[in-house]
Amino acid sequence: MTQSVAMTINGRRREDHVEPRLLLVHYLREVAGLTGTHIACDTSQCGACTVLIDGEAVKSCSVFTVQANGRQVTTIEGLAEDGVLHPVQQAFWNEHGLQCGFCTPGFIMAAAYLLKQNPSPTDEEIERGLEGNLCRCTGYENIRKAVRSASQAMNGTAAEPSAQLVGSAAAPVED
Amino acid sequence: MAVTTMIGARIQRREDPKLITGHGNFIDDVNLVNMAHMSVVRSPHAHARIRSIDISAALASKGVVAVLTAADFKAVIGGPLPVTNAFVPDKRQVPEQFPIAADEVAYAGEPVAVVVAEDRYLADDAAQLVMVDYEPLPAVMDIEKAMEPGSPLVKSDRSDNIGWDAAFPGGDIDAAFAEADVVLKQRIGQQRVFPTAMETRGCVADYIPYDNRCTLWTSTQVPHFIRLFVGGALGVPESQFRVVSHDVGGGFGAKLRPYPEEYLATAASKLTERPVKWIEDRTESLQATTQGRGQIFDVEVAAKRDGTLLGLKFTQLLDIGAYHGVFSAFQVVACLLGGGCYTWKAINARSIGVFTNRMSTDPYRGAGRPEATHLVERIVDLVALELGMDPAEVRRKNFITSFPHTNNFGLVYDSGEYAKSLDRAMANIDYPALRKRQEELRAKGRYTGIGFSTYVEICGLGPSSATAPAAGIALVESSMVRVHPAGSVTVSVGTHAHGQGHETTFAQIVADTLGVPYDSVEIRHGDTGDTPFGYGTYGSRSLAVGGMAIMASCHKVVEKAKKLAAHAFEASEEDIVVDQGRYSVRGNPGEAKALAELAFASYGAGLPEGMEHGLEAVSYFDPPNFVWPFGCHICAVEVDPETGAVSIDRYVAVDDCGNVINPMVVDGQLHGGIAQGISQALFEEVQYDDETGQMLTGTMLDYLIPTMAEMPHFELDRTVTPSPTNELGVKGIGEAGTIASSIAVINAITDALTPFGIKHVEMPARPDRLWSMIKEARA
Ligand code: FES
Ligand code: FES
Repeated sequence: MTQSVAMTINGRRREDHVEPRLLLVHYLREVAGLTGTHIACDTSQCGACTVLIDGEAVKSCSVFTVQANGRQVTTIEGLAEDGVLHPVQQAFWNEHGLQCGFCTPGFIMAAAYLLKQNPSPTDEEIERGLEGNLCRCTGYENIRKAVRSASQAMNGTAAEPSAQLVGSAAAPVED
Repeated sequence: MAVTTMIGARIQRREDPKLITGHGNFIDDVNLVNMAHMSVVRSPHAHARIRSIDISAALASKGVVAVLTAADFKAVIGGPLPVTNAFVPDKRQVPEQFPIAADEVAYAGEPVAVVVAEDRYLADDAAQLVMVDYEPLPAVMDIEKAMEPGSPLVKSDRSDNIGWDAAFPGGDIDAAFAEADVVLKQRIGQQRVFPTAMETRGCVADYIPYDNRCTLWTSTQVPHFIRLFVGGALGVPESQFRVVSHDVGGGFGAKLRPYPEEYLATAASKLTERPVKWIEDRTESLQATTQGRGQIFDVEVAAKRDGTLLGLKFTQLLDIGAYHGVFSAFQVVACLLGGGCYTWKAINARSIGVFTNRMSTDPYRGAGRPEATHLVERIVDLVALELGMDPAEVRRKNFITSFPHTNNFGLVYDSGEYAKSLDRAMANIDYPALRKRQEELRAKGRYTGIGFSTYVEICGLGPSSATAPAAGIALVESSMVRVHPAGSVTVSVGTHAHGQGHETTFAQIVADTLGVPYDSVEIRHGDTGDTPFGYGTYGSRSLAVGGMAIMASCHKVVEKAKKLAAHAFEASEEDIVVDQGRYSVRGNPGEAKALAELAFASYGAGLPEGMEHGLEAVSYFDPPNFVWPFGCHICAVEVDPETGAVSIDRYVAVDDCGNVINPMVVDGQLHGGIAQGISQALFEEVQYDDETGQMLTGTMLDYLIPTMAEMPHFELDRTVTPSPTNELGVKGIGEAGTIASSIAVINAITDALTPFGIKHVEMPARPDRLWSMIKEARA
């Protein structure tokens, strides 16, 4: 009853035998052990499960594992390169774009894809580009900010990060 | 040498690196060797008798380990779910709820059987094969009909459908109304909403047979509470029961109680001798995780012609659901806060909790205070409209201005400057210009509105002086601060963070208070195995209560370090001065010892006589009072009369939560809180079929959680009025946004629709509702 699949995940090739009904998100989490991709709905609404397949953002809960056969999959674990955060990851950190962090991997993957397609999106384009992702903690304010600041960083027009780095001299807040 | 001031600084969160790289440790990320998966079979009926359950087909299904029903669980689960006896002095009916139904179900989604199988797909397959023979009974869905004598009962174990009926008299109400020039009445609803943490609930139970030892990983805000009750019911002493709640993907009040599934998974692990995982899917979550609000207020207000508020009478009808939530009665706090930030001669409130055949309601972000704010801020606007006064003026005229202030129910507001936040918000939004623009646009047939919400809320649960008489409990908080020999510091706390950033903000507090580098401080929470007992995180209590418990331990450590320094310098303790973590003898600051050096000495030889080794302290903090954040939110909207669509043009907020530890975190809490209130005002509503009690909003397709496109930009500002009741001068900010925001939006919409003669709008103000109201008004 199982089928063989082979795919490259975060640059590493793997082969497995899986049931045809196994969702890609379950394969990534439970077979490949990459638990950074999350599940927050069962109707393809939330985007927590977003990964890149051949560079394109896809909700991995709406794809069977066997459909990813022969493809290149990038998950949140594969986004940073050589220990250096992707600009979108860095921007989410700088701008407090996450609270509980559950929606965050999906948002980061979707935003990374958005900025690849459109390096300088308007706010409206950011909103449209991320309309498939839900967050219950942030009210989206700082996610919007993070995507803007990632875009600037990637275009080399970055302003100073607005949050101070850990351990650096920090002034008390003024009121 | 100067140690930086961390309190008040905008520090990036130390929680984030793992979360942005996919290395969080959420409940579904916990996997154990030989782990089986549990699927819960739930009632499709709102109310039915269970005639029989046939498990044979399920048992024969591939990969099934066990199929268990109430009869199996009765043998290992020793008691019902807990209910807090909060704030309800009068009539009270507390039916018992066993974690799984035996012969009668009382809401759609109630567990009736569980399947344990080798993986989640196989467990779900077999769950479909459990055959339950139900005899459907009438579903009681309407709160008011449920209260009528002779109504069908929600469950056959009830004498009627009333869960509580409590009166809160606050002054001579008849005298207050006798002075009135105007008396207005209004019914104000609070629809049921889903808290909707993005991570659903879930747990992994690992019971070790023959050792009566258990570890339960669970997605909760209250690990110690879970240990107390689940361990208690399963007969595992706390010393042998460890509850772990690592990263939790949001709570919002819906994860602050022991749930049936935590008992069932633990019992299933015991019965099957396997670790058992249960992960709630979203559809289950919408049926079986506690919901928020679900209330109706009938309000009557008395005022003078000059805008002076006199008296307020109201009744809160609260839809409890089929069983009490653990803290559902806490929501009667809406009665005690119904007067808001105004002076009243008298307030007379009554709360009636009514059972219906729905899932329980329990606290949801704000729990009682959003309802109170919505009620009083709506009423003040109605008074302003009736008297032809500016809503800001009616507010200003009636603000409480001297503190501490004892309200009509004896609660003491600690500090506030309500006019200051109102002024500031009005200046930030440029109120006069906005009113002028409103007039101009109205002339062109465009309808904009401005809505105020000046709120005060009660948080920092809770002083035992208040909680003990009301609920028989002391909601203290705990900390353990341990300075290791080489100087790094471990701080364990009884609170729990699920997005609030405590690992960062608590470390900021400790760094300053002990005078040690921020990076040397580690905050541990969420594991009962290495944290002192605490009541957990809800009610915006973690800083004002938990933070103060941390301060208390830090002070004890400093006291001991002083003794160690005195010994080292051969000086008297009174002559030791401490400056940013450096201990020296008065007048000789050049020769100083850092805390790390004293810590090292504390574990070594040559201690002063009679001194114990080590440098650590444990503290429990019982706050002297609640804390009372406040502020003013102003929302500007435009309503399209042809479609009923609302667009939010501006959202300005000025909040005051006392001293701020990390402004970035405070702003983030406000953003999320405001968004949830706006969302209740405009979009969200749990709907059940009125006849059958079936859930109609059972997936995220049917239940509208807003995306980024629906949320405006929030223009935040703050004033700082420290709380005089704690050393940090802090209040709380986790819920303030939600408490303030729904009514700012609704008042703005109502203001926009005044030209149509519309005086009141209910939530959610969806386009269809507004369109119909406008159409009717025009006809
Ligand atoms: S899990 Fe929600 S969209 Fe995939
Ligand atoms: S950060 Fe919690 S859901 Fe987005």
